Amino acid sequence: MSLLRRRKPINESSDSKPLLEKEEEEQHQGHDEDDDDDGNGKNKKNPSKINKKRGEKPPSPPSPPPSKWSCLDTCCWFIGCICITWWLLLFLYNAMPASFPQYVTEAITGPLPDPPGVKLKKEGLEAKHPVVFVPGIVTGGLELWEGRECAEGLFRKRLWGGTFGEVYKRPLCWVEHMSLDNETGLDPCGIRVRPVSGLVAADYFAPGYFVWAVLIANLARIGYEEKNMYMAAYDWRLSFQNTEVRDQTLSRIKSNIELLVATNGGRKVVAIPHSMGVLYFLHFMKWVEAPAPMGGGGGPDWCSKHIKAVINIGGPFLGVPKAIAGLFSAEAKDIAVARALAPGFLDNDIFQFQTLQHVMRMSRTWDSTMSMVPRGGDTIWGGLDWSPEEGYSCSKKGEQKNNTQIMDQTGAENAVCKGRSANYGRIISFGKDVAEAPSSDIERIDFRGAIKGHSAANTTCRDVWTEYHDMGFTGIKAVAEYKTYTAESTVDLLHFIAPKMMARGTAHFSYGIADNLDDPKYKHYKYWSNPLETTLPNAPDMEIFSLYGVGLPTERAYVYKLSPHAECSIPFKIDTSADDEDTCLRDGVYSVDGDETVPVLSAGFMSAKGWRGKTRFNPSGIRTYVREYNHSPPANLLEGRGTLSGAHVDIMGNFALIEDVIRLAAGASGEELGGDQVHSNIFNWSEKIKLQLDDETPVHSSR
Amino acid sequence: MASILRFRKLYYVEQAVKCSSVGFESLDQSTKIDQKLNKKEEDVNNLALGINKRKRAKEWRCIDSCCWIIGCLCTTWWLLLLLFHCWPVTLLRVPELPGPGDRLKREGLTALHPVVLVPGIVTGGLELWEGRPCADGLFRKRLWGGSFTELFKRPLCLLEHLSLHYETGLDQPGIRLRAVPGMVAADYFAPGYFVWAVLIENLAKIGYEGKNLHMAAYDWRLSFQNTEIRDHALTKLKTRIELMYITNGYKKVVVLPHSMGVIYFLHFLKWVEKPPPMGGGGGPRWCAKHIKSIMNIGPAFLGVPKAVSSLFSAEGKDASYLRAMAPGIFDSEILGLQTFEHVMRMSRTWDSIVSLMPKGGDTIWGSMDWSPKEGHVCDFSKKSHSHTSLSDNNVNNSDIKRGFRVKALAKYGRIISFGKAASVLHSSQLPTVDSKEFSRTSASLNLNISCGDVWTEYDEMNRQSIQNVAAHKAYTSTTLLDLLRLVAPKMMRRAEAHFSHGIADNLDDPKYNHYKYWSNPLETKLPDAPDMEIYCLYGVGLPTERSYVYKLSPSSRCKSIPYKIDSSVNGEENSCLRGGVYFADGDESVPVLSAGFMCAKGWRGRTRFNPSGIATYIKEYRHKPTTSLLEGRGTESGSHVDIMGNSALIEDILRIAAGATGDEIGGDRIHSDILRMSKGINLPL
Repeated sequence: MSLLRRRKPINESSDSKPLLEKEEEEQHQGHDEDDDDDGNGKNKKNPSKINKKRGEKPPSPPSPPPSKWSCLDTCCWFIGCICITWWLLLFLYNAMPASFPQYVTEAITGPLPDPPGVKLKKEGLEAKHPVVFVPGIVTGGLELWEGRECAEGLFRKRLWGGTFGEVYKRPLCWVEHMSLDNETGLDPCGIRVRPVSGLVAADYFAPGYFVWAVLIANLARIGYEEKNMYMAAYDWRLSFQNTEVRDQTLSRIKSNIELLVATNGGRKVVAIPHSMGVLYFLHFMKWVEAPAPMGGGGGPDWCSKHIKAVINIGGPFLGVPKAIAGLFSAEAKDIAVARALAPGFLDNDIFQFQTLQHVMRMSRTWDSTMSMVPRGGDTIWGGLDWSPEEGYSCSKKGEQKNNTQIMDQTGAENAVCKGRSANYGRIISFGKDVAEAPSSDIERIDFRGAIKGHSAANTTCRDVWTEYHDMGFTGIKAVAEYKTYTAESTVDLLHFIAPKMMARGTAHFSYGIADNLDDPKYKHYKYWSNPLETTLPNAPDMEIFSLYGVGLPTERAYVYKLSPHAECSIPFKIDTSADDEDTCLRDGVYSVDGDETVPVLSAGFMSAKGWRGKTRFNPSGIRTYVREYNHSPPANLLEGRGTLSGAHVDIMGNFALIEDVIRLAAGASGEELGGDQVHSNIFNWSEKIKLQLDDETPVHSSR
Repeated sequence: MASILRFRKLYYVEQAVKCSSVGFESLDQSTKIDQKLNKKEEDVNNLALGINKRKRAKEWRCIDSCCWIIGCLCTTWWLLLLLFHCWPVTLLRVPELPGPGDRLKREGLTALHPVVLVPGIVTGGLELWEGRPCADGLFRKRLWGGSFTELFKRPLCLLEHLSLHYETGLDQPGIRLRAVPGMVAADYFAPGYFVWAVLIENLAKIGYEGKNLHMAAYDWRLSFQNTEIRDHALTKLKTRIELMYITNGYKKVVVLPHSMGVIYFLHFLKWVEKPPPMGGGGGPRWCAKHIKSIMNIGPAFLGVPKAVSSLFSAEGKDASYLRAMAPGIFDSEILGLQTFEHVMRMSRTWDSIVSLMPKGGDTIWGSMDWSPKEGHVCDFSKKSHSHTSLSDNNVNNSDIKRGFRVKALAKYGRIISFGKAASVLHSSQLPTVDSKEFSRTSASLNLNISCGDVWTEYDEMNRQSIQNVAAHKAYTSTTLLDLLRLVAPKMMRRAEAHFSHGIADNLDDPKYNHYKYWSNPLETKLPDAPDMEIYCLYGVGLPTERSYVYKLSPSSRCKSIPYKIDSSVNGEENSCLRGGVYFADGDESVPVLSAGFMCAKGWRGRTRFNPSGIATYIKEYRHKPTTSLLEGRGTESGSHVDIMGNSALIEDILRIAAGATGDEIGGDRIHSDILRMSKGINLPL
């Protein structure tokens, strides 16, 4: 588009350009005369090649014109050619019928299957239940409503999502605006960044990178439109309760769901949360029934009156280990690999880059990242010597995982158990040897009491604020001395290294397991998003689905090392040199089955066991279903991100998942869908987790 | 933009490679060339010679030089672009005065009452949810609003999708076009053409954001009640207002409707208090509880004459000028263009246009020989309007033979006249054609078998009845409705189930409980909300279409529209007749009468239309043209849409939103003749 627009001024200015052209031509004349007069005067200057050529065959010059055809001219000529072809192509592209790419694709790969929307419409399905989308972390757009001077002209432009053009233009300004206040977790003074509302908030994350768009398009095929679809966009940087405090988002969602139910003939809504949206919606369900002022005052049967089903897509119910790596050292697998490939680039102080530190400082002001810290402690995630996923073996080839292999294992249950298996329970270990050694061999010095020194106070790093600077060298050392951390001690670790952040976080989130759910303290909102510390609402007709992808290696535990130069930078790093084929260790990361972000355990456990039947977490016996989608990579590039993907975000384009969602929205129940659909070991792994599910005398093995 | 940048990068690499092989000599050479260039700059005659030489040399062919030129242009363009991007943002800006938002923020104003914006006709975006095969790939793309690129690519497809069903006024089967929701619906109509954007930005300055600012987008093509039936737009608006009321600490909302949004919101006011199923069931005190004030911007309370011409012949002032300037283009049948016919067919499926037909009949708009004192001195050179001449001739307006100074006061009452003479002559001199003759003499349909594809109801009228219409010579706003019923019976049947254009004799008549009366301020009572305030904010000082001179279209081709504005008709120097259109004072779209009458008289004090005595205020904004091009559309404009960028208007709105009352912002501010005009209207109150 911009090209087209640009063409116009050129055409206009071409009025003035003929002059130039004429001048140019005159100048050629001049040159010709020069040539005649001087007798190849130019060529004397330019003695080497051209002269020779001329000398060889003077009468017919098919070769590039001598002398006059200067470099500048060639360049201009070259650009001209390219521009013309470019415009020609652009014109052709625009003149091309819109369905042309599809023809090409079909010609190459054979006819595509009908998108599920079209297929199901032919089956006669129609829009029935209104649909509510709850986007996850990161995918929702944020726009500026009030900013500092440096963000001039960005009013109501997207800072997050969209093209991210501003990130490159004014990175520091952008970081400043995206950060929240470090003390309150709310807006900094003078800056208001707000979520984009409506379906546009999260249909595409960046141009061409769909999140909800495919699902929306398919739902529209069977008759959905704005009046029975609603995107519950919220500011994903805030803690869940703060979205209500600052923006009244929860109230808005409540009012919108009520409106949807009222205007669609009393049909209950189908809620579709994705990723962190799962936790957010869990929080919402508790909030809406809790009495005001803390809650929404909807009364105890609000959920059963308004919600037909909750279809959780890729839900990190029990948190994700990735969140720890993110909080601990602002890196994940991808970044660690990038760092290993180009050492020094991300870390260098020149140009005041310090990218990671800036990112860390920014992301640590976001309360929501703390909602994803693994919950349930050692009971769920495993202790020093055991973990529920024990015996999981990844195929040798890493990424190109053969799915059939995993399927075979489902029944066999560790029959082909290797000699050693990864100790997934040790979420952070310092050094590969520590990660593998039996627990009795590890000498650990408790870090909790360690005194934080202030010796390393470094005034030059003041602008990049991470709490690491307050820790001093002794503190950092103490952290490394403890050698290895399980899920429970990681939370302590985070408390130790970032006390202020965690002080903010623990006011809004909790990571434990409830002993007695009737304890009045669980009325506080900080427990609402933890499925292990809340009861589901009293809604026996509701259905809860866990839909997620499997068959992709997912980060589960990390091998860390101390960063060599511990001055201004982050003192810990993932040890990318640690590799072990047998135990799924690659580049310092132990991986396990999952959807690339959320391990199966986190996504499936609650539906597979924690809420299955009538448990103390699910007193009204809401039916739960687990539906897994095996990842198969797209066959060729033309398919884009594939219609069979199981990856965390790409699964939103998975045809099987979309079909399930549409059927549910059109009125089917979980049974009609076919009940559970399991490819992974989730049921076996859940079995190994010893979690009290009955109401009576809760006794915990781990506590 | 990104693609260009990438492209440029690519190119520079190439350049580097090429240049390095040639070396520095070429650089020297190029500077030399530049010098020569400068020397011979003025000499133009050598062009032909140059070409000859070039041909002789055969080294520098035409195509090469073309490439070369384009290359040069592109390079300079990119250079400029690069400079533009590297330029500090602040330097590029014209140092502008702080907007009203900034100023009021410094005064200490902060957001208090939640604000609801109700856009008008045409300005709201529409996006596609389900379409025919020809609209492939446009799912959730804007068909209306935005860049309109698709309109040029596949015009017929677009027209088909924008049209509604002719019988029901709802969706055609297989097509679902829906209003874009949210603030983006009407912030910009097209890129760079703001509607609400400036106002939103200023509101944001004093603290407004998504939670206390809401755009009540609706499908403006539908009749008002149908927006509820199809999209639940009214229910949505109701819940939204209730929600904002609660979440903002029980602060009542301030509503800002614009243009047609004004009567849409009037409809909402009645709808929300009526019991279901026809209404929203909010109870009789809903408005009093939830609404602080309604600030109508450019309100079209009593309709606009423009709607008549667009329904009658699908043209406004602008279109008729165009037609006069380039005859044949719009009417040509080549390429199957027939733009007007297509546009007419489309716009006649939109019920909402009928809502803008002049309301109140002859009482308000004037009869054959009388019209409210709209003695607008038309001064097309746009100097300041002198009102002194008006005060001279306000003694007896109905007598046209009075006075020599004003030769003929325009007979605005005749909204459509055939021929200039008919628009000037006294009614007794006009041929009286009995309106009974309007009854259609069984149209012979055999004419238009060949014109099947473009279908307007004119095709069903035979030649005779078309002539008859013209013979009647002049139409007032009442007979105009009869006229439309004649020329477009189906459309009027459909639309009149949703709108009414009369004046109520007895407002307690139970028939007025029907929703078709709700959007007519002359047939409804305002809600019982004595604390509410109603504002009429509109621009004045611009010539506004008020009545038309028509002629029969010469071509008798079957598919064309048989009537046209006679754009050759011009009055004398100071007359208000220009290009077949009589002008009155207004904001270029809505005449002052329509915008101001209800606030000036109809609702002023305790009248039968306003039983609870809601306070009304008039704020007029005198149009001042922009002094320079740099100012864009100006901050002092009074025209219908540009007024949304008017600083004075924005300031008034911000003050009200921040809690001020009408008296605190200075009560009425009147520039036009509206009070005298309204006095002349004989409406029992």
